[in-house]
Amino acid sequence: MDNPLGTSPDEVQFRFREDEVADHATVTVDSCCDQTNATAVRIEPGDDARVLLPFLDRLALVEVNFPGFADGRGYSAARILREAGYTGELRAVGDVLIDQLSHMRRCGFDAFAPDKPLDEEDAARAFATWGNVYQRADDTSGGRRKTIAELRHD
Amino acid sequence: MYQYDQYDQAMVDARVEEFRDQARRRLEGKLTEDQFKPLRLMNGLYLQLHAYMLRVAIPYGTLNSRQMTALGDIADKYDRGYGHFTTRQNIQYNWIKLEDAADILADLAKVEMHAIQTSGNCIRNISSDHFAGATFDELVDPRPYAELLRQWSSFHPEFTYLPRKFKICVIASERDRAAMRLHDIGIQIVKNEAGEIGARFFVGGGMGRTPMIAPMIRNFVPLDQLITYAEACLRVYNRYGRRDNKYKARIKILVHELGKEEYTRQVEEEFAHMLDIGVEPPREELARIAEHFADPTFEYGPKTVDRSDPDFALWVDRNTHRHKHDSYVSAVISLKPVGGIPGDATGEQMRLMAQLAKRYSFDEIRIMHTQNVVLPHVQIVNLPALWSELDAAGLGAPNMDTIEDMIACPGLDYCALANARSIPLAQRISEAFDASGKTEKLGELKLKISGCINACGHHHAGHIGILGVDKKGVENYQLSLGGSEAEDVSLAKITGPGFTEDGVIEAVEKVTDVYLARKEGEERFLDTYRRIGMEPFKEALYG
Repeated sequence: MDNPLGTSPDEVQFRFREDEVADHATVTVDSCCDQTNATAVRIEPGDDARVLLPFLDRLALVEVNFPGFADGRGYSAARILREAGYTGELRAVGDVLIDQLSHMRRCGFDAFAPDKPLDEEDAARAFATWGNVYQRADDTSGGRRKTIAELRHD
Repeated sequence: MYQYDQYDQAMVDARVEEFRDQARRRLEGKLTEDQFKPLRLMNGLYLQLHAYMLRVAIPYGTLNSRQMTALGDIADKYDRGYGHFTTRQNIQYNWIKLEDAADILADLAKVEMHAIQTSGNCIRNISSDHFAGATFDELVDPRPYAELLRQWSSFHPEFTYLPRKFKICVIASERDRAAMRLHDIGIQIVKNEAGEIGARFFVGGGMGRTPMIAPMIRNFVPLDQLITYAEACLRVYNRYGRRDNKYKARIKILVHELGKEEYTRQVEEEFAHMLDIGVEPPREELARIAEHFADPTFEYGPKTVDRSDPDFALWVDRNTHRHKHDSYVSAVISLKPVGGIPGDATGEQMRLMAQLAKRYSFDEIRIMHTQNVVLPHVQIVNLPALWSELDAAGLGAPNMDTIEDMIACPGLDYCALANARSIPLAQRISEAFDASGKTEKLGELKLKISGCINACGHHHAGHIGILGVDKKGVENYQLSLGGSEAEDVSLAKITGPGFTEDGVIEAVEKVTDVYLARKEGEERFLDTYRRIGMEPFKEALYG
């Protein structure tokens, strides 16, 4: 499939989902709003994730691109999608590095396709950085994980 | 004051390990310097002109004697025997070796301290009123709210890569002693007409190259929605703050460009959404934190003290602040000895201040944004003993809020960003005014010096402000007048062409002479300036 925009399943280095990795034709946010059959979309840092909310049911993959790791807009995009009930794959792509993995995971990313493959051992350690967490975020929704404040008052 | 439980301790310990691992990967070449830089900054580690600088967080400026002792020990063990208290109520060590950094963080973690988020494009240390919990004029102690915000903002997964740094301040009195409206978010704890306590939000203030006073965007946020509202403010900023130009990336620019109304509309929309999602910590958490800030057991005692020693009497008049209990005062330890470096303290002085806090102030210490130290709860009867020990250690300068009590950034002596030196200028000005005896006559006069346009020395908010610039390779100083960081907040205006180092000291003399000649009644310098305007001062300077 000619798919110059999105990452391919081979490029996904870490995935925290049980379902099959499907190979989707990834389109831009603008195209996604026009094409009623698009099932995969890529969000760039300047895109408003909320324009996708009417189409979440048909989306199976949302890629959030981090052209530079220091641009944190993608974290908000991820949470907005999860808060709206998106349950499909949320893949962080681009300049994804070891030290951003734990926060990305907390914001709802469940797949990671870094530009440059990451050291597996360093990544495993990074995902496990925080035994507990202060804030509510995607990982605490639906009772999946308790915040420190909730544990204190259990 | 707040004490860590097992969870807080585990978070700080986890961070030390994370940083050790980051430093290891940097040394192994797995991280480039560009990748490592934001990580070390978020652990307080800067590269300055001559060495690394480590900035340690002192949340809302509160610490105990054990912590102050540890800060003194770090100064001796890892630095050159001193540390520098900053306008963010933090402490900086200016001569740190990179290889020692993780060990220092581990030493700090042993006394419930850290350097987390003292730099970087994230939510920084929360600042507050240095007399919080002690002053006669506060509605409530603002620190429980600051601590709630500290926990929320520490390692926030969504807000660690913001467009730019983000500073939050919480106060709870009408008097503003913390420059609240010059923060990215300023929160004033208030009571509404129904008698309920809540939070008033000011967003988009700041100094730097484009100083702005934060407008109020919400008159009253109920306390059980405080974190939710802050989260909404941050999300709008994270999504729409400018990232194309670091000089336009602070939230003040976003609020200014969108307009207060549009920014507020977006925050309110996000806020309504977040109330549905539920991001607020359980209500009991605020109550749990507040218990840590319960008053110590104050005892009744004499309300006056023998003032026959004029030096002591002067110190009491200048350096104490009225307490909520009338047998106590808050005592300010000036780190502005005549000719000294503003905000510097030696390891030995830190340990002494720790001992005095233990003996005289229920083990509590505060750091002021004016780079001084407070013993918040001193029984009036103990003032003579306290003063004589301070005085013997060179910590008894009776100059709070006078022209000698100036704020100065580290400037070109340390800082890689600076255009001009700040410290020698501060030293010379304090010497000149001390020698001429004018300090006393001038009364409250807030002089603030920054060595570059980034305004770490708060020159925009000085009754008199001095900004060091580079003029064709020569240090040059611009003078400005009429700023205030207090409840009567205003931004200073530049007088005109700049001065040489000698020239600016002379200029400060001249403007203070204008004040003394034109002053009416009890007017402060700032009041006279506001009444008569810039012209008479310009005339004296350039006429």
